[in-house]
Amino acid sequence: MHSPSTEPRPSLYYPYEVFQPWLASAHPAQDRKKVVVVGAGPAGMVTALELARHGVPSVVLAAELQLSQGSRAICFTRRSMEILQQVGVAERMTEGGLPWRFGNSYYRGQRVYRLEAPHDPDDRFFPIINVQQQYLEEYLHDACKQQPLIDLRWGNKLTQVTQEEGHARLEVDTPEGPYTLESDWVVAADGGRSGIRAALNLQMEGASYEGFFVIADIRIDLPFPTERLAFFDPEWNPGNTILMHREPHGIWRVDYQLPPGETPEEALRPESLKARIDAQLAMIGHAGLAWEMDWSSVYSARTLTLPDFVHGSVIFTGDAAHLLPIFGVRGANTAFQDAQSLGWHLAMVAKGLSGPEFLANHSRERVGAAREIITEAGKSTRFMAPPSRGFRLLRDAVLSLSLTQEFVRPLYHWRTSRPHEYSHSALNCRDDDNALFTSGPAHGAPPQNVRLAEDDFLLDHLGGGFDLLVFTSGDLPEALQAVVTAARQQGLPLRVTAVGATRPVAGADQHLPDADGRVRARYGLSAEDAAQSGAYLLRPDQHICARWLRLDAPRLQAALATALPH
Amino acid sequence: MHTTPLSIGGLETVYDTLASAIDQAGPDKSELLLVKLALLQAQALGNEAQFQQLVEAALQDL
Repeated sequence: MHSPSTEPRPSLYYPYEVFQPWLASAHPAQDRKKVVVVGAGPAGMVTALELARHGVPSVVLAAELQLSQGSRAICFTRRSMEILQQVGVAERMTEGGLPWRFGNSYYRGQRVYRLEAPHDPDDRFFPIINVQQQYLEEYLHDACKQQPLIDLRWGNKLTQVTQEEGHARLEVDTPEGPYTLESDWVVAADGGRSGIRAALNLQMEGASYEGFFVIADIRIDLPFPTERLAFFDPEWNPGNTILMHREPHGIWRVDYQLPPGETPEEALRPESLKARIDAQLAMIGHAGLAWEMDWSSVYSARTLTLPDFVHGSVIFTGDAAHLLPIFGVRGANTAFQDAQSLGWHLAMVAKGLSGPEFLANHSRERVGAAREIITEAGKSTRFMAPPSRGFRLLRDAVLSLSLTQEFVRPLYHWRTSRPHEYSHSALNCRDDDNALFTSGPAHGAPPQNVRLAEDDFLLDHLGGGFDLLVFTSGDLPEALQAVVTAARQQGLPLRVTAVGATRPVAGADQHLPDADGRVRARYGLSAEDAAQSGAYLLRPDQHICARWLRLDAPRLQAALATALPH
Repeated sequence: MHTTPLSIGGLETVYDTLASAIDQAGPDKSELLLVKLALLQAQALGNEAQFQQLVEAALQDL
């Protein structure tokens, strides 16, 4: 019998709610489900919310009765916020979050590098916003509760998954005992220590780095702005690196590397934590300032991914699919992109709009993203935590040179998480005008946001299905309208937006005046192109899959057939 | 690779300068000194392919 704790988790700032367990005895007999999502963390809940947007119901299993312990993921990127906007929680994130765009690296008391992340006036969201993960999970959970297609079951722990012909059988334990559930698809969003990954005996590929880092959240009143602080090789922790981030609610994250040979158990002893945090505070000029410990944990840097995310009826996503180092905020930020991708791919399959092999495209794209992230994250990790004597020597040489030599300072750049571009996706149109554009988002790229007016941006108007942006001031040609109508009749979710139209136009679901031509310009079209029906086709995850200087009916037909193969 | 090779006299000066710098840095810091020097030279060279060739030459007959 599964007995999750009913004691609220301790926290200095977050009031944990203990939810009631879902009990099979209180519900009628269950049919086979379309999708069961195992894990109610960010990856699991975003997957469920994306599925629901496409009309696909899911059951979400949460082993515990409360949101996760400690702040965990605290830095969320612009693209993450754009994805969270799609599932309806970006406003709440913005309300409580601390946005930032500067990072500072210190060596021997000197600021040797300052990163300024660009903030384009056409972007709604900051490069990064700090919010503790419990709040993010609360917002996602509230969104799930409002969504009748999501059946979120607290206190339901998956104990066994068996692959059957065309579906999976799940054994689920609850506080009143076990029950069995069948599902066409199982989303393994059960985190870095994925029990499903272990049960299926799947091996991840990549590297594990030696050495441990402590993450500690403390409540303290420090007079520093919300900027990333990195300290290299300080006197109190020679050879090692310390990171600090401001969090909401008067909390600071202190993240420090342990000397070789020290165990996590030793590092997490209260006196050990206290001595090191006091030493760090002394180094930044605040010796003796009062602080309280909220939460601490230990991690090691790993760059590992499953080479395939789809195994029979089971699909891995987020940390269950890959383990990425936290330098560069790649954990949750990658998970959102995974979940968004999985949500729409799986929805198309569950609704019968494409065959199960369509999920291989999801896997190819996201494994490709994971490998790209691993390459980038590996560089940061080798600088932050050198894995060998050679790498340590080079890192130390760069630290030393950076005090006087400008040219080495960019090596401090930690390569923040950025969205992967699916440049070679099989869903990209093969005979559109992509190669003729000289600017604007290309094949596979995430969309370019554009400020339309005060508190009004292009991406506010897009999402939930395929989006066709047609740059036109007049009605769409009838042949083009006929292609749109036929696609919809087959079930394909497709919205048409006329950009540059000051009044409703025939064939478009909405129109944006784009009076100053800003959308047109950011999408790489001249006024002349726009007059000739320049157009973009965005997938449900908003990445570009086709763009044209001249759109016509056969070309749209071809792009839709490529983007969603039957 | 080099447009103007070092003269014998120039090479002798480099030889003495490097030896003295290693002695000045001391046994604990001479590796660090040499790695810093290599990075400065790579920057001056401005060509990662040529640098790779130099590394390979240095790796021979250790």
